[in-house]
Amino acid sequence: MPNHQINPNKWIDLYSDYLYNYTITRVSDREIAQDLVQDTFLAGLKSMKNFKGEASERTWLISILKRKIIDHYRKINSNKGKAEVRINYKDDETEGDWLEERVADPFDKTAEDQMQNSELGDAIYNCLSKLPEKQAEVFKMKTIQGFETEVICNELNITASNLWVIIHRARTAMASCLKENWF
Amino acid sequence: MIPCEEANHVCDKTQYKESTLWEKIKLNLHLIYCKVCREYSNNNGKLTKKIKQSKVECLDPNCKKNMKKELDRAIEEQAS
Repeated sequence: MPNHQINPNKWIDLYSDYLYNYTITRVSDREIAQDLVQDTFLAGLKSMKNFKGEASERTWLISILKRKIIDHYRKINSNKGKAEVRINYKDDETEGDWLEERVADPFDKTAEDQMQNSELGDAIYNCLSKLPEKQAEVFKMKTIQGFETEVICNELNITASNLWVIIHRARTAMASCLKENWF
Repeated sequence: MIPCEEANHVCDKTQYKESTLWEKIKLNLHLIYCKVCREYSNNNGKLTKKIKQSKVECLDPNCKKNMKKELDRAIEEQAS
């Protein structure tokens, strides 16, 4: 079994998007998600000496992140939170949170869809992490962040035809990686 | 008639809505007789759909820079 190395200097480049996406599907608030990811990196740095190299760096960071997410939910569900009386008609447009409205609605499949989406998101990031770093970066910028070709070329100092070759390779690899479980 | 390489390129561009109508016509003509490209095109479309459906997100580049700064500072602190 290979002994995994740890190198915090590369963490942000390699794992921040993965961790962020993992968090966002579980806390659904961008700012909180960013904070939790940042906390995870800092906590990881502090407990680096506990890293035994049995799991990969990413798995190790995810295990810290999971605990951070649980802590987050504990905090917001603390006694103080419970003592508040919540009457949740937020505003006129959205419907409220009354008990009657929480009864399962067979026509409302959002919860299930969301769960599947978060699994799909994890799968996508898993496949992305198998790509060479450059390919993953270009693919993310173009496909997920939706930057214009020109912007990416300027940022990374590559030509347009270069970019399309990279995109083609990335798409081929991503498709074959996702094919087994998702197509 | 266009070669496979160009067909795939057009197919990639189509995923980002960057191909012209004429290019798309040429691509579809190619797909009629080329099984390999047909499969690529098929998978490529599915990939686009899945990514859209999953609503995956990336960190904002600025936010990433800030994170990096903070982590670098923590690394230095720990080293000293």
